[in-house]
Amino acid sequence: MTLFLLSIMVFLGGQVLPGNVGRAILGPFADQRAVDALNHTLGVDRPLLAQYWGWISNFVQGDMGTSYIFRSPVAPFVIDALGNSMKLAAVAFVLVVPIGILGGVIAALNLNRPLDRIISLGGLSVTVLPEFVTGIILILIFGVWLRWLPISAAWPRNAGFFTQLYYLILPSLPLFLVLFGYIARMARSGMIEALDSDYTRTAVLKGLPWRTVIWRHVLRNALLPTITVIATQTGYLIGGLVVIETLFRYQGIGSLIFTAARGKDFPMLESGILTIGIVYAVATLVADFLYSVLNPRIRLGSDQ
Amino acid sequence: MSAVQTTSPTPDDTRRRGPLAEVFFSLLRSGTFLTGLAIVLFWVACALFGEHFAPYDPLADDILNALAPPSAEHWFGTDQIGRDVFSRVIVGSRDILTVAPLATLLATVTGTALGLLTGYFRGLVDDVVSRILEAFMAIPVVIVALLAIVALGTSKTTVIVVIGLSFAPIIARTVRSAVLAERELDYVAAAQLRHESALHTMFVEILPNVIPPILVETTVRLGYAIFAVATLSFMGFGIQPPSPDWGLSISNNYGMIGGGFWWTVLFDALAIASLVIGVNLAADGVHGALND
Repeated sequence: MTLFLLSIMVFLGGQVLPGNVGRAILGPFADQRAVDALNHTLGVDRPLLAQYWGWISNFVQGDMGTSYIFRSPVAPFVIDALGNSMKLAAVAFVLVVPIGILGGVIAALNLNRPLDRIISLGGLSVTVLPEFVTGIILILIFGVWLRWLPISAAWPRNAGFFTQLYYLILPSLPLFLVLFGYIARMARSGMIEALDSDYTRTAVLKGLPWRTVIWRHVLRNALLPTITVIATQTGYLIGGLVVIETLFRYQGIGSLIFTAARGKDFPMLESGILTIGIVYAVATLVADFLYSVLNPRIRLGSDQ
Repeated sequence: MSAVQTTSPTPDDTRRRGPLAEVFFSLLRSGTFLTGLAIVLFWVACALFGEHFAPYDPLADDILNALAPPSAEHWFGTDQIGRDVFSRVIVGSRDILTVAPLATLLATVTGTALGLLTGYFRGLVDDVVSRILEAFMAIPVVIVALLAIVALGTSKTTVIVVIGLSFAPIIARTVRSAVLAERELDYVAAAQLRHESALHTMFVEILPNVIPPILVETTVRLGYAIFAVATLSFMGFGIQPPSPDWGLSISNNYGMIGGGFWWTVLFDALAIASLVIGVNLAADGVHGALND
């Protein structure tokens, strides 16, 4: 449903664009016949429904169309950019998921003590800040003053895994900060609820060591809602990628969309956004699956 | 309410106050809320009267003094065409503090109307509208905004409409769940028995009773609206030059920070950070006061 709506919106966004496509490419002084001819070659003079159907059925078959600007198929650009964005998102996720959960758990175990206050308030504060603001401040601190990290994410050609990682640390930090607050808060409230529950009391009264109670009984239940939150954060993460990739001049899907939007390169823009929609849908699906695997109360199939 | 008791209210005193007055008083006792409010009011004052106490004209260039580091003359230094950064930061609060609240207002009005409709009628209306709203919520605001602004052109109105409409579903969801609980109560049944119109029941009977959740959601959304406006301006899709807007200034100047010109971006970044945190602290205070 979301994907369908998104595809319609993306497509309509392309159609109500002021000025026609041929004119935009050839410039204001081009001959009208040349413009018409180009419009015909690009297929943008057909009826709307026909265009939509042609575009969406090609997309499903893996043909994303031809870029208006580069005059070459869109797909390689999108796939490249998606790969780059995945690297950046992966670094951010690998950092934020364990640290965010750990932060939330520590806060819950120190409920209402100073440590909890610091984590909760700090997490809340960095979560609400726009990525480019934290990005700029981090660039100033680590890139300009301390000179520890490169201020651009564009690594030298043929850079190895660790060099790439080194270049990705700074761009991933703003994403880390935005997500940290959400994840820590969910983990904290999940922990508080689980610590307060009957099964925890039972486990404690059974005489189990505190460590076992936390690991086997509390954590497993506490982290279930957190997983769902992490999946819904992919949407925000993608929004953040657009900003971060622009700020750090990184060739990812976000900056691809941004550049395409600026240059009115519609096949590129449409494919980029639809690809993001698909990634989001897959992430939600994976989260549902993980949730059912980890939740002992939901068992798929009949392995009772 | 007795005028004599000004210090900590006794339980008796609290009981005699109306519910809204009670919220008001607990807000005044909330440090979080007051801190947030102070920060926000500071920037509102800058937006309203900034020109009068800014030392320089925020738009006046002075190319001979370009990129001067902070000094006694220019507290925050000057930017690449010699404009005084301190003055620009002060006056830069104006556009974001116009656009973000208007967007929030639009979101609140639309969202409340949608929430009342879906919550009150339920059934088919609810199913159809709710599904569409859910689908909308799954799309990141930045993406919606990018599309809409590319299609419609950049203007403050576009930004207000885009952000307002993207936030409306979230408010609608909150209002809907509050209305679902309210509509089962006796006063709603009474109104229906009096043959009041559905519109009257929704807006005159139910609406006043769901104000608290709407208030909380609105203050929270204002924080996100500022986030979104700042981000869009930074991307070049929001507030346009020559406005001294913070996000816009950062986008014009961040290309040079490799050269060490930190003062052209740091103060704008800190200004956005303080405003966003201020609004969120206030929102947190409102949330706490209404849920205690």
